Parts: sequence; structure tokens; C-alpha cells
Amino acid sequence: MKFEPVQNKLKPFSPLTCAADCGCSPVKSITSADITSEFKNETWFTGVIDSPAGPVPQVSTEIKLSERMAHIRSRASSFRMKFSLKPGLYAVGSPASTSDIFVTANYRLSFDHLRKALKGMNAWILVLDTAGINVWCAAGKGTFGTDELIRRIKLTGIEKYVEHKRLILPQLGAPGVNSGEVREKTGFRISYGPVRAEDITQYIEKGYEADEEMRLVKFTMKDRAVLIPMEINMIKEKFLYFISAALLYSALQPEGIIFKDALTSGYSLITACIITVAAGAVFTPLLLPFIPFRSFAIKGGISGAAALLVTEYSTGLFSLISIYFYSAVLILFTLISSYIALQFTGATTYTSLSGVKREIKYSLPVYIAGFFVSSILFIISKISEWGYL
Amino acid sequence: MKYFRDSDTFQFNSEKCTGCGRCVEVCPHNVFKLENRKAVPVNSDRCMECGACAKNCEFGALTVKSGVGCAAAVITGLLRGTEPTCDCSGPSGKCC
Repeated sequence: MKFEPVQNKLKPFSPLTCAADCGCSPVKSITSADITSEFKNETWFTGVIDSPAGPVPQVSTEIKLSERMAHIRSRASSFRMKFSLKPGLYAVGSPASTSDIFVTANYRLSFDHLRKALKGMNAWILVLDTAGINVWCAAGKGTFGTDELIRRIKLTGIEKYVEHKRLILPQLGAPGVNSGEVREKTGFRISYGPVRAEDITQYIEKGYEADEEMRLVKFTMKDRAVLIPMEINMIKEKFLYFISAALLYSALQPEGIIFKDALTSGYSLITACIITVAAGAVFTPLLLPFIPFRSFAIKGGISGAAALLVTEYSTGLFSLISIYFYSAVLILFTLISSYIALQFTGATTYTSLSGVKREIKYSLPVYIAGFFVSSILFIISKISEWGYL
Repeated sequence: MKYFRDSDTFQFNSEKCTGCGRCVEVCPHNVFKLENRKAVPVNSDRCMECGACAKNCEFGALTVKSGVGCAAAVITGLLRGTEPTCDCSGPSGKCC
């Protein structure tokens, strides 16, 4: 049947019986050669598995040096937004129709942790489209979620590859996935595996049972340390604006802007800024459990004020200029450190939404008031510097 | 490490609970224990409101006002007048 434009207004579209009729590309089955040409340059690609249901790309369980380097880059820059892979079905070893199916996100770091943990096994990996975001964050947003999982099960036709109806999901995918709905709509039963992929072998040995230790999310000093580069990266761009503002303030004279004198108080301000970033984005995360109070805003304020006071007592850098300047620096930078630490809530593994909302409700007015008070003090300091006070 | 939260964001209805243990399985902070074939929220002060238990409870025994405990997301939400939202999928490279 050929497609003919239909003139009848009540029936604007004619039925299509063949894909070729509409000019769409005809449905073509994927061959091994297609897969090889698509993935041959990928570092994880080791070949194609010819399963009875169709060819599937096979992945390595070794992490190469170049991949380790990429992992480090993904921890420190916006490179992580591009560090993804194509969603779909992958094979580890030579999986059979009885092999387990592990589900993960299409963020490379998530995928790499999983394939490394599956070393020596024959298994399937079902990669969901989470827009390149890790499992837990994506589950929180719903992209590692019920709808995407159901869609991906249907798109890959995974039931043709296996004779069982079991899916193993990372436990941290659970906030996005309604396991009951997935079972109703696809027939697949979901088991939640351990939090960390490295525990998968142990999980299988225990009869597909994650014990308390495997289910618990931790936040060790090492876990916190790897987050620091990203925290600093986010502040970096604002740093340049700040330095310009600090130099401008220092150069301000009754006669105009004179950069000759800019370095005296400019130097103090830039030092204060570096110390504050270190206090809020490095010391606070690292020493998190040792700084008193549960509130991140207070923790950041404490470490910021402590770092500034230590600097003052050891160098006298701030009081050198004036007592107004010293007070302004202490107020402003304590609050900046507090704000930076508050931002760290997004990277932790244990902060709740209602708690963060409460912190913001109380701290935002303090930030605004502190900003005004310190601005006034900076102005007074400038006036006294000019000798009018 | 413990944080704080509002007490009304998390509700558990013991009568609807069948003791299947799904909540114990998905909770990342060990909030639940199974006692006498019922789940008991023994560590509810550790709840981070991720919503995994409520999403996976087939018997409607749990409700959680879930969301991401991220200050940047809450502030972005305040500025835009929307619910807390992070830019995780955006091109900016900033993420929770």
C-alpha cells in the first residue's frame, strides 16, 4: 500500500502498513559488525558476544590506567558531565540465559565500578539512561527510576536473552524505583544488591543477601576527601570576581582609584578569602564529625572563624589596617565559610531535605544581616583610612 | 554522623505492615528493624528522607516527604519559586 495524502478531514491520517511507506528507516537488526564499529574505540570494549537473542557488546573487567586518570578528572571538573556511555545491554564474560542481570546508571564511574566488581563472572549489565548521572543522585531525581527501567527492559528486549525474571539493582537506586510496579508491568522481580559494587561477590556468596554492613551508607574521611576538589572547583569561578572586588576596594582613594596602594588591604582580603575557602571547603568536610554541632552552617562558621583568628594572632594581618577592617573581615568571612560548608550538604550521604530547609531558614537572615554590617564596617574603615574619622 | 530533620516528614503505619522486610533492605541508614514480623523504625532520627522505603513499600505502610538534602537545590528552588531542584542534568557541571 502506498501512502497517499488523505483529503478527508475526518480521517486526516491514512493507516500505515509498512514502515517503508512513511519514509522512516526500515527496522534493521543489529549485527556484530555494527557493534564492533560503534564501540571499537571504547576502552572497555573487548568484543561481541553472539547470544541466541542477538549480539551484545562485551566489556572488560579491568580498569586501565587511562580510565583511572579519567576517574580522577571526573572527580575534579565538569568533565564528569561528559563521562557517560550508551544505555543498553552489555555482557561480562560469556553470560548464558541463566546469568544474573545487574542494572546501573550510564555514568562511567558507576559502570566502571560495577564491571570491575564482576571480574571472573558471567553476567549481563543493563545500563539505564540517567543522563550520565550516578545511581544515587539519579534515583533522587527519578531518572534512575521506574519508568526508565521499564522502558529499557522493553527496548533491549532483555527477556529474550534470559530465561529467568530477576534483576539486581544497586540499593541506592531504590529511591527512584517502585519494584512492585516494575514486576506488574514487566514480570521482572527486583532484588536490591549492596550499596557498594565491590561487595557484590560477597552478596552472591551469601545467597543474594546483603547484610547490614553492605546495606549501610558510610561517609568516611576518604569518602569526604574525594569530594573536596569538586567543592573547590565550584568556588573557583567566583574567586576571580572576588579578587577584582578586593583590589578595587583597596585601591579606592579620595583622589580616585589608585592601584599603587591597592596591595596593602587587598593582600589581607585575598589572604582572608583563601583561608575561608580552605576552612569551608577543605577543613569542614575533612573534620566533619569532629567539629561541634550538627548544623553545617554552624560547623562552617566555627572552622572559618577559627582559621581567621589563628591567622590574625600569628600575623596581625587584619588588625594592622584598622579595628573596623578586622571586624568586617571576621564577620564577612566567617559567614562565607559557613555558606560554603552549607553547600556541602548536597555532597553528603546523610543530610535530609527538611533539615537543610531549616538550616537555610535560620542562616539566610544571618547571612544578609552580616553582609550589611560588614559592608558598613568596610566603609567606615575606608573613611578612617582617609583620615576623615 | 547525625543530622536533624522535621519529625512530620516520615510516617509509618504499623497496621498496614506485613513484615516483608523491603524497607529494611533499601534503607541506607538502617532505620528499620524487623521485630515480631513487623518493621519497626528504631533509628528514625537517622532518616535522610531519600524515600526509598516509601517507594518500595507495596502495602502503603510508609510515607516520606522525600527530597535531596542539598542546600544549593533548596536555594535554587527558593530563587525560582519552585520545589528544590539541582542542576545535575544541566550543562553547567554543578551537581549535588
